[in-house]
Amino acid sequence: MTVTDQTAATRLRLPPGLVGSLAAVAAAFLVGAVLIAAVGVNPLTAYGALFEAALGSRNGLAETLVRTVPLALCGLGIALAFRAGVFNVGAEGQLFLGGTAAGAVGVLGAGWPALVLLPAMALAAALAGALWSGLAAWLKLRFRADELITTIMLNYVAIHLVSFLLHGPLKDPNGALAQTARLTSDGRLPVLLAGTRLHAGILIVLVAAVLAHLFLWRRTNGFRLRVVGLNPRAAENAGIDVRRTILFGFLICGALAGLAGFSEVAGVQRRMIENLSPGFGYTAIIVALLGATNPFGVIASAFLFAALQIGASTMESAAGVPSTLTTVIQGLVVLFLIGRAALPLWRDWVADRFRRRA
Amino acid sequence: MTKTNPLLLDMRGITVAFGSFVANDGVDLAVDAGEIHALLGENGAGKSTLMRVLAGLLVPAAGEIRIAGEIEPLGSAHEAMRLGIGMVHQHFMLVPTLTVAENVCLGLSSTGRFIPDLKTAAANIRDLATTYGLDIDPNARIADLSIAGQQRVEILKALYRGARILVLDEPTAVLTPQEAEGLFRILRALAAEGTAMIFISHKLNEVMALTEKVTVLRQGKVVATARTAETDTRGLARMMVGAEIALPKLEDAGTDAGVEPARRAEAILAVSDLTCRDISGITRVDRVTLTVEAGEIVGVAGVDGNGQQELAEAIVGLRKVGSGRVVLAGVDVTTAPIARRIALGLAHIPEDRHRTALVEPMSIRDNIVLERIGDAPFSRGGWIRRDAVAGLAEKVMAAFDVRASGSGQSVGTLSGGNQQKVVLGRALSRDPRLVVAVQPARGLDVGATAFVHRQLLARRAAGAGVLLVSTELDEILALSDRVVVMFKGAVVGEMTRAAISVERLGLMMAGRAA
Repeated sequence: MTVTDQTAATRLRLPPGLVGSLAAVAAAFLVGAVLIAAVGVNPLTAYGALFEAALGSRNGLAETLVRTVPLALCGLGIALAFRAGVFNVGAEGQLFLGGTAAGAVGVLGAGWPALVLLPAMALAAALAGALWSGLAAWLKLRFRADELITTIMLNYVAIHLVSFLLHGPLKDPNGALAQTARLTSDGRLPVLLAGTRLHAGILIVLVAAVLAHLFLWRRTNGFRLRVVGLNPRAAENAGIDVRRTILFGFLICGALAGLAGFSEVAGVQRRMIENLSPGFGYTAIIVALLGATNPFGVIASAFLFAALQIGASTMESAAGVPSTLTTVIQGLVVLFLIGRAALPLWRDWVADRFRRRA
Repeated sequence: MTKTNPLLLDMRGITVAFGSFVANDGVDLAVDAGEIHALLGENGAGKSTLMRVLAGLLVPAAGEIRIAGEIEPLGSAHEAMRLGIGMVHQHFMLVPTLTVAENVCLGLSSTGRFIPDLKTAAANIRDLATTYGLDIDPNARIADLSIAGQQRVEILKALYRGARILVLDEPTAVLTPQEAEGLFRILRALAAEGTAMIFISHKLNEVMALTEKVTVLRQGKVVATARTAETDTRGLARMMVGAEIALPKLEDAGTDAGVEPARRAEAILAVSDLTCRDISGITRVDRVTLTVEAGEIVGVAGVDGNGQQELAEAIVGLRKVGSGRVVLAGVDVTTAPIARRIALGLAHIPEDRHRTALVEPMSIRDNIVLERIGDAPFSRGGWIRRDAVAGLAEKVMAAFDVRASGSGQSVGTLSGGNQQKVVLGRALSRDPRLVVAVQPARGLDVGATAFVHRQLLARRAAGAGVLLVSTELDEILALSDRVVVMFKGAVVGEMTRAAISVERLGLMMAGRAA
């Protein structure tokens, strides 16, 4: 009896690996294909149009990479927090505050050289995101408030706070819209590929992923962070400062989400706007899970989700499949990722039925 | 109940496999009405699996179960109950806020579906209790009963449901010796009335004293079925393990090492007037004062749940201290972080290794270096040095005989004994000055237990102080230089090795000063 309990438990506790993630994606696309066929379109045509648009041209690929940046940065932050056992779903709000801080510093520092201004904007964004996340950390460590609740509620507070700032103190005095003044060219991330919108934010993503990887697997604090996430009581018993580690998980997530806000402001919008993010911070939760909280896995899954979103409208116009189908596929990926844990249970159940029949 | 009647319970050729692992391999077990039958075996021998089959929780791949001669397909717990099979689990299945009668009737439609007739039920329960000498008030709340009382409720619950076959899973693990005697009287009365009983225990003395027949399981197979009177504890132990293993004793330790350890009158641990409360404000540790000197093992005896665990947690720093002081190697660590205590030479072998000691998804290597990752040579400037970590792991695994495919294997896939060796290896290879060991042999087989005990004796010989918290009197008696007894959070007695008597210990554990 103990034997099955143990193996079943170990199986469930295994980190969701590459195979599982790929299987979830494949299953989601299969079910998606059935839905496409149901509206009378050849699924291959529809998927073909989708990926052709997202990856098939220089501009399409650039757009997909542009979309990858905020998803990957938020995803990395969420993944690191997950590794520390912190379920921070507040990346969206942290991104908004980061973007606002970046926009404010960018407007304030107009005229500074780019080498000073861009780092200042990035730093301000990371700090703003970390502070906002730190609020949830304080609520958890001081009052044991569940971060799942506080971070999601703080998202609304953040977005409304940003809205207030953009309508009020930070509003462009020469414009009618609720947004900051346009950034000077020194406050913009350089474009990497002429004729496209692909900006240097993608380099920030790559550096962040490499650093996150080194941190998790080569640094003592990364080791401690993983221990805290896997078994906080054993971590405490081994003399690890669990509270400090949890605080770090919150702060790093907020800082990376803040950086995502910075790269959207400095790389894409060139000013802080009210609708900075169409839910990057929420999609990034799925990105982190699908990437198995592994930094490079997060980049890969951010790229996949970016491609889905970029290709969606083309799929609609070219193949006549509603673009919301990609949202369905995203949802299916989540379902299959979660459902994967049920597979062994289902197999046991089938085996049991079969045996009784026999 | 004449001999011509078929056996009340006859399990034949029961086979259960989990994947490639055969937990029960053609097991036969026959118990007649009025017979108390001991089921012996080490952990993992297949006792629990067999009992789960009997309870209808597992369907065997092969074999049949006859109840009073009829082949019965036991497919659910409900059918098992209908056939008169009752279980008394080691961990009680009672609702503490409800009364005895409410607990006993829980889920029974005979009490009335919507408006339970608890008055009649209580009267019936009282009659039943009197018949078997179970001293219980049906209207008492479970939370107000002693552990022994709650156990009697569990027995009553089974009987009220018409149990003719009663399975008792290590029923004496939570009882004092005196309470165990009381339980045995009840079980004998039940046997006299024709109830068949399966008595699962590790304690061979109890098996000898109580049971009529004994079946020994090893690695899923029956190695012997015999009349208890025709065996002895030594023979049973040999059959369980497959070879004779003598548990080490304090007396042997000195001769092993050639000399008695250098006992110094130096207190490694001094706890004074220590009081701890839990979240709801209940006092768990009540003004405890004790010392552990270099080169001695101090045993903390007591029935489970009398504050021993909380005391250990307060000493190692996992629990906040209400008042009083903890001094470790001359340094007041009452409020010091755990890392500081570890640096002063504390090693903790916690009771629950899965929850408190091990990070199961991580490798053996990572688990062994857990407390020392920040120290040279395992890291430098915050960078982990993997070869140093692997080197430590290899060394500890060799010294503590951890059997695994390599130091990269995840700890969760190891057997309980090997997991405990990882815990010991991590704690003891640091050359600690104080070892706090709580139930260090829990769930281990005889061989692994002997290993754990030898390691503790080796630390004593090396001049460390050892605080050994255990509910197993045998373990305490075998290893301790001194024994303190805890009852309801307080130390109620202390005796040196020379002055120990089991009777006095038993009385103290029950809270009666002796």
